[in-house]
Amino acid sequence: MNWPLLAFMTVLILLGCKPEEKPLPILSKKEEVNGEMVYQQIPDFAFIGQDSNRVSNATFAGKAYVADFFFTSCPTICPVMTRNMLKIYERFQDSAELLLLSHTIDPKRDSVGRLAQYARNLGVRSGKWFFVTGDKDEIYAIADDYFNVVIEDPTLPDGFDHSGRFVLVDPQRHIRAYCQGTDSVAVKKFMEDIETLLDEI
Amino acid sequence: MRSKLILFLFSAALTLVNCERKPYRQGEILYQNFCANCHMDDGSGLAGNIPPLAQADYVRQNQERLACIIRYGIEEEIVVNGKAYSNPMAAIPELSEFEIANIINYINQAWGNDYGYVPVKEIRKSLEECKK
Ligand code: HEC
Repeated sequence: MNWPLLAFMTVLILLGCKPEEKPLPILSKKEEVNGEMVYQQIPDFAFIGQDSNRVSNATFAGKAYVADFFFTSCPTICPVMTRNMLKIYERFQDSAELLLLSHTIDPKRDSVGRLAQYARNLGVRSGKWFFVTGDKDEIYAIADDYFNVVIEDPTLPDGFDHSGRFVLVDPQRHIRAYCQGTDSVAVKKFMEDIETLLDEI
Repeated sequence: MRSKLILFLFSAALTLVNCERKPYRQGEILYQNFCANCHMDDGSGLAGNIPPLAQADYVRQNQERLACIIRYGIEEEIVVNGKAYSNPMAAIPELSEFEIANIINYINQAWGNDYGYVPVKEIRKSLEECKK
């Protein structure tokens, strides 16, 4: 009997049995392109960030990012969303592969200066967490691609109906996970999903 | 002797149960509905943008202003625990004097705060004074 070899094999087998982390599913809708069904990608976009810089799909090339929709004077769900985004920011501060992207849905009031002030108050780094404004119709249209509903509704206390989801996008511009941004328990689980995706890239 | 012991145990139990009960239950519910969105369930506010109410020197030192802030909002820059805040807080005119008193008394005793008790009479007086 070759004991060392047997021990070595046993260790190998045991290691092999270690449950592998399941990859995150692709949640993006499928569409037909040239007769083939493919996953939809987040379309090209170009907005203006808190440093008056251009923030576009190119900014996120090769990276994963978390996107959400909010506005600075929002009296309802946004402060809690921002606090939870801040938790994500803090946990992944040193992961260069993860960025954050918050779109204002109130570009009329949320000027670049106001977004800059908001980000500065939070104490976050601008190359890591982008606060963007831009053409209102473009922002509302892309919200839909990020599984978020944004509708202007003056009868609501906010003036807006918005769903407050956090969405995780991979470097291929596919949606891999999302959660309700006001729900701390869901956000915790979402951070695990981010870890899983980062292991993949 | 025996009955005295029972009486003693009974009152001890009552005291314990009473201590468990949360004071200012209505204030807590109102706080959840009207303030927690911004100032958070734990009164911590939002980093740099919305000031805290928990362990906040401003709340401790400006008791007579609280009712007015709730009813009429506040726009001027204020300093809370050494940090400046300038986002405005909108007025919440739908709260009655009693409701405002309940919220303030809840805040004054929540999250480790110990900022005393404010009777409705005082709230009414403050509101009279800051009425424009
Ligand atoms: C829409 C968000 C929002 C809501 C809702 C809100 N506040 Fe505020 N609150 C603020 C902001 C922003 C400030 C800072 C105002 C300034 O800098 O002038 C503030 C300031 C305060 C202050 C003085 C500063 C401090 O932290 O001590 C108190 C007291 C206060 N709020 C109490 C309340 C209470 C009580 C309620 C509920 C009845 C409430 N707020 C609801 C946003 C809000």
